[in-house]
Amino acid sequence: MKAKFLVPLAIFLLLAGFLAYGLKLNPREVPSPLVGKPAPAFRVAQLQAPDASFGTEDMRGQVWLLNVWASWCVSCRQEHPLLVDLGRRGVVPVVGLNYKDAPADAMGYLAQHGNPYTTIAVDPNGAVGFDYGVYGTPETFLIDRDGVIRYKHIGPLTREKFDRVLMPMIAELSRAG
Amino acid sequence: MPADFYLKRLLRAATLALACLGTVAHAAGEAVPVSDDPELEARVLALSHNLRCLVCQNESVAESRAPLAVDMRNQVREQLAAGRSEQEVVDFLVARFGDFVVFTPPFKATTALLWIGPGVLLVAGVAGLALRLRRRLNETPAPLDDAERARARALLAAGSSPEESRK
Amino acid sequence: MIAELGHFALILALVLAGVQAVVPLVGAARNRYALMAVGRPAAQAQLFFLLFAYACLTWAFITSDFSVRLAASNSHTDTPLIYKITGVWGNHEGSLLLWATSLSLWTVAVTIFSRDLPEAFMARVLGVLGAISAGFVSFTLFTSNPFTRLLPAVAEGRDLNPLLQDPGMIIHPPLLYMGYVGFSVAFAFAIAALLSGRLDAAWARWSRPWTTVAWVFLTAGIAVGSGWAYYELGWGGWWFWDPVENASFMPWLLGTALIHSLAVTEKRGAFRNWTVLLAIGAFSMSLLGTFLVRSGVLTSVLAVATDPARGLYILVLLVLVIGISLTLFAWRAPKLTGGGSFGLVSRESTLLGNNVLFAVVTGAVLLGTMYPLFLDALNLGKISVGPPYFEAVFVPLMVPVIVLMVIGPFVRWKGDDGARLLRRLAPAALVSLVLGAGLALAVGHVTWRTVLGLTLAAWVLIGSLQLLLARIAERPGAAAAARLRGIPAAWWGMWTAHLGVGVFIIGVTMVGSLESGLDVKMKEGQSAQLAGYTFTFRGVEDVERANYVAARATLEVRAGERRVATLTPEKRLYLAQQMPMTEASLDIGPFRDVYVSLGEQVEDGSWIVSLYHKPFISWIWLGCTLMGLGGIFAAADRRYRRLAERRAAAGVVQTA
Repeated sequence: MKAKFLVPLAIFLLLAGFLAYGLKLNPREVPSPLVGKPAPAFRVAQLQAPDASFGTEDMRGQVWLLNVWASWCVSCRQEHPLLVDLGRRGVVPVVGLNYKDAPADAMGYLAQHGNPYTTIAVDPNGAVGFDYGVYGTPETFLIDRDGVIRYKHIGPLTREKFDRVLMPMIAELSRAG
Repeated sequence: MPADFYLKRLLRAATLALACLGTVAHAAGEAVPVSDDPELEARVLALSHNLRCLVCQNESVAESRAPLAVDMRNQVREQLAAGRSEQEVVDFLVARFGDFVVFTPPFKATTALLWIGPGVLLVAGVAGLALRLRRRLNETPAPLDDAERARARALLAAGSSPEESRK
Repeated sequence: MIAELGHFALILALVLAGVQAVVPLVGAARNRYALMAVGRPAAQAQLFFLLFAYACLTWAFITSDFSVRLAASNSHTDTPLIYKITGVWGNHEGSLLLWATSLSLWTVAVTIFSRDLPEAFMARVLGVLGAISAGFVSFTLFTSNPFTRLLPAVAEGRDLNPLLQDPGMIIHPPLLYMGYVGFSVAFAFAIAALLSGRLDAAWARWSRPWTTVAWVFLTAGIAVGSGWAYYELGWGGWWFWDPVENASFMPWLLGTALIHSLAVTEKRGAFRNWTVLLAIGAFSMSLLGTFLVRSGVLTSVLAVATDPARGLYILVLLVLVIGISLTLFAWRAPKLTGGGSFGLVSRESTLLGNNVLFAVVTGAVLLGTMYPLFLDALNLGKISVGPPYFEAVFVPLMVPVIVLMVIGPFVRWKGDDGARLLRRLAPAALVSLVLGAGLALAVGHVTWRTVLGLTLAAWVLIGSLQLLLARIAERPGAAAAARLRGIPAAWWGMWTAHLGVGVFIIGVTMVGSLESGLDVKMKEGQSAQLAGYTFTFRGVEDVERANYVAARATLEVRAGERRVATLTPEKRLYLAQQMPMTEASLDIGPFRDVYVSLGEQVEDGSWIVSLYHKPFISWIWLGCTLMGLGGIFAAADRRYRRLAERRAAAGVVQTA
């Protein structure tokens, strides 16, 4: 058997290996280039107190989550109980970014499902979301004390994912410094 | 001669187009272009075709009607109108959404194989071809064994096709 | 009840496929005629049961039996009858059943039209086809059963995806599948030949018409699919280099190479290894395409099902089929050498050059399609590879293919005189260059792309004309009609298909360079100008159909004073899925299409309308039609039909 006749087989097996691995990947998940970079700064009005504002620098020195949500977003409802639980236990401050939503709808949603957020920033036309590369709600960013984005989760957050990935990172970041 | 035919046809289309350009401004009941600045719009469209609409996956921003695509088109329009270049706009979007957002992959270490791959394949193919042809030149056909000889006789007896006998 | 019958028929088909896969192969290995003879009836009975299952599924759709889950999620009582029928394959499970049924159709066609094959060879071919069929039918049964019940039944179905409710989609999938699956015949012939160790010119001759017919189906399927995209997606693009499109394009490219390589193997006995490898490759690409579309590994607007469990099953199938055949190739191919010698300038070397280039192009398309997956798998980031990449790679690689395509038929087998060819073709090359540049200048669009495209098109058309004249001049003395009649159908096939390529290039170049578009806000009575045409908006009316409501605009198109067409683009809302759709309206002409699509209504009551002028775009599909016709001519060549008679004579010698 001459080696050159094995080349097609070798190429195919390599390809098949990648295909097998590809089955495990989610093609809809797009990693954010923002991970490891400073979170884009913004200062906008708060949902519950339209006269007060919220800005990223308010969270300096804290490890926190920025959760992008909307009342029209169906899959946000899946992760909501988890967020409520986190809020009640005070595991980590969760700031909400109410994305392309009507304030009245957003308030109604919170009244019905509970409010897990320490503060809610409003982004009525999606300008802040655009800077964060948001392309589908819900999305959750983990931001460290220096205001650097450490992780981005796309889609509804699950308890399994939170416990396995986010919680260790939060613990680690809170300890350091 | 077909070539002449197209030429005439095209020339006529071209003159027709020119003639109509002159009358555009005077026509009554004129529809309003969606954009005030068609030239800018053309640039927006061209660039949008090279941007991927992230929520609809394989559609470009130019084709998609998803809200995110509308946002992205607006961003592109705003930034081009503000005098930024196409490359600057692409960089701006890549900084937020990643390389995934552009249909033209950037040239960097991880995509080097993608860009030079076809060239490498071509060189390998042509080299293999050249080698093969050179070897062929000096090759003599292997002598037939008895079984092949018998089959050849049978085939010859049955007559061969006009195509082959023509050569 | 009907669904259970269908399910049962599918199980029987699987059993028969298993029998067809095992018994004839054992028979061929042990030289037992009784076992070999099982293949034919097994294949035919399998087709019967698959057709029966298919009919049962169609029945569930037609009668709106929403206790069948597939019908409930892809049909609706108000769906027009034709889309109830085509809805059967407008989904993952049904399209797999269609896949399996086409494979069975091809198999039975082989048992009918190639019945003069040596018994052992036929047994091996049927065995290989049976194995593939068993793989796909079991895939359908175990992971994607179309007959699964939905209990309790729902009152109303969810309707077929509106994108698929279109005449183009009625014929596109069956054609494409017949093409995809058709390469399985060439594949089975190649594997049978490898198994028997007898790979000679006869093998190439047997598989040639099958390959050509499969190629014709695939060409037609791709052309119809691109035509569908052109008018259905609402802005007139016709090819997007989408992974799903690439999945159908790669087998086409390798299939084209295979057709040419088979010609050499048949006539000169050369390139046998290479031809076998291409036959394996073309079908492997079909399977890979099925995998890509069915597994959701690469996302696409058109991907029907995305389910990792199914992906895994198909991947295992892929590895078994391709892995085994490539191993067999590595084992047997080294023994296949020889074939006639040929010179550096010869028909053989032009065809080999064509083959190498087609293989390189396929490799490049495969690389571009799979590269995002490679990077992702290695955790190196996520990128998109889209049309700009493929165009940058594809065009330069295809230029030498087109140049060679015209030269090839002028070159003699075995060896030719380079100087003679140069003298013959240099004038045509020169004229093409001048024409290309001149025409680009005449249409006022002098870019390298336009000049290149028009030059190549001129080269193909002039070359074709010259070739025809040369062919007629070959038999001096005879009357012109007799000379024309003396040319074999295979030659006409080659000539027509090559001409089609030229026509195709004209279409692509012209529409790419000269198309224009305009988005306007229009109210009743207002008009807009584009490319010499005046579009007058005559208002919008509401239309109600069984499963959608629509706003239909009427636009009058005039060229000067002459009325050209009345176009009625629609904006539809499909009720069951609440899905909005734009339905473009076109006036198709030989030298241009006028294309209008209706957008949103804006605040002041006017409508956004997109107007497009697309010169020569129908030449794209005219070119594809000519290529397909060429394939039909070639497959119909009477040499292949005379084969039967000759085999009868040769068979006597062999069995004696």
